[in-house]
Amino acid sequence: MPSISRGEVEHLARLARLAVTEDEVDRFAAQLDQIVQAVAQVGQVADQDIPPTSHAVPLTNVFRRDDVRPGLSQQQAVAAAPAAEDGRFRVPRILGEEA
Amino acid sequence: MTTTVALMDYADVIARFDPVLGLEVHVELSTNTKMFCGCPTVFGGEPNTQVCPTCLGLPGSLPVVNEIAVESAIRIGLALNCEIAEWCRFARKNYFYPDMPKNFQTSQYDEPIAFDGWLDVTLDDGEVVRVQVERAHMEEDTGKSLHVGGATGRIHGADYSLLDYNRAGVPLIEIVTKPITGTGERAPEVARAYVATLRDLLKALDVSDVRMDQGSLRCDANVSLMEKDAPEFGTRTETKNVNSLRSVERAVRYEMTRQAALLADGGSILQETRHFEEASGTTRGGRRKETSEDYRYFPEPDLVPIAPSRDWVERLRTTLPEMPAARRKRIQEEWSLTDLELRDLVNAGAVDLVAATVDAGASAAEARSWWVSYLSQQANNRSVELGELPITAGQVARVIALVADGSLTNKLAREVVDGVLAGEGEPDEVVDRRGLKVVSDDSALYAAVDEALAAQPDVAEKIRDGKVAAAGAIVGAVMKATKGQADAKRVRELILERCGG
Repeated sequence: MPSISRGEVEHLARLARLAVTEDEVDRFAAQLDQIVQAVAQVGQVADQDIPPTSHAVPLTNVFRRDDVRPGLSQQQAVAAAPAAEDGRFRVPRILGEEA
Repeated sequence: MTTTVALMDYADVIARFDPVLGLEVHVELSTNTKMFCGCPTVFGGEPNTQVCPTCLGLPGSLPVVNEIAVESAIRIGLALNCEIAEWCRFARKNYFYPDMPKNFQTSQYDEPIAFDGWLDVTLDDGEVVRVQVERAHMEEDTGKSLHVGGATGRIHGADYSLLDYNRAGVPLIEIVTKPITGTGERAPEVARAYVATLRDLLKALDVSDVRMDQGSLRCDANVSLMEKDAPEFGTRTETKNVNSLRSVERAVRYEMTRQAALLADGGSILQETRHFEEASGTTRGGRRKETSEDYRYFPEPDLVPIAPSRDWVERLRTTLPEMPAARRKRIQEEWSLTDLELRDLVNAGAVDLVAATVDAGASAAEARSWWVSYLSQQANNRSVELGELPITAGQVARVIALVADGSLTNKLAREVVDGVLAGEGEPDEVVDRRGLKVVSDDSALYAAVDEALAAQPDVAEKIRDGKVAAAGAIVGAVMKATKGQADAKRVRELILERCGG
């Protein structure tokens, strides 16, 4: 039984701002389903007593001193931007959302 | 396009509903550098001049945590009576918005560095409300957008937007309360007092410049209403863009009256982010809240966990300053102030200034009198905060000392203060340049006294007859003749002496 529905693929695509076709929705649902099932196998060996791993390196508290370091100039910062204006990044209008 | 919003009378809201508040305060830390890179955090730079590959989210860049930001987070947590996590991680909060160059915000999710605390908030009439703090976590600020085109200059109708990422990555601590219930009609006041108290606390900790007008302290107000004996909370809205203490109070009050009218009319509240309009004191609908799941939080792989040792936490605890509330209590006792006097002092924003003046050698009573009356008037006249007056506590203490040793009268002292405020230098320099020293040379005073007595022989006669009260008129004449630079007490002594006293 597929665990990933068409609706979920469409929802994820919207969150990721991806335009997917009808065909792709079906194809990705099936592929994501396979991925989820593959990952689910971990559950067969990892029991409750094994905590999930988020970091493979056994390190904590890696900090930086609070010292200013040189960054980019304004020109360098916007150099690779598709569009810039007055030293700022220019982006298409933002509709229906507000931070 | 404006539609009329139905509002319920505030008294009716309170009669029928109980408000529930949840306050989220974001504070920008005043570290030298950003949360995850070495870019400076100074406010007001030219656009995109305080950026680097890390805070621009360029491929291949890696974040490294600012140690001072973590220390500040722990100190804030301790000051808020929180537990400090033994181990916690950063998480990615994924959403698309152009003010976030990485397309995710590095934040903390279910493992905040500080949690389960409280803050006591004193209302104007002295009532204390304990606000439970859910958590304080570390994250980073976003960039700033400038919306171009459209009629209003706002996002709606804009043709395009321009982004400045100088602020992107500046360390933020988000402090979240647990639901605040049971405050009834005082809910808006509690919200305001909480933010004000938190602001004072953060200022005392010296972790942020807490300027609401510059956005270094921001409050999002969650408000919901529940019918009087409803079993659970109602649907809440989250109002953003609340940029002053007054706005916090207004925004909460407005949302209460708006939601009440909707609910009373059989409507339901839309769970959404609303935008506070400063000019009208109203809120307008914004974006629908995405659910927490939609943010697809996951542990940040580029940053290792933070595990503050208990040694470190205890060491930081020793760096906590005296908390504002405790300090006020101590000051009230030390300076023998009534509740009212203390409140005046606090409302005038004069506590620190008076304390500094006392530290500089002045008596508490004199220091308080100067700051709360004469200097407060001067600040009012100039429409600035008391602390913005161009005079230091040390200078005020010097003026007080000059009065105490008889070099200045109170009237002359005010002139000296005026001179300092006018940029004429230190108090002693003003005294010299304006020639304000009290005339203490008795020979000069004798001459003035003799002259005044000669000019008013009838008064002189009365004094000689033992009507000592009549001396006032002569004192006045001498003070006038010396342009107020004589010590009135000494003048009086000389008059009585001359009249055979």
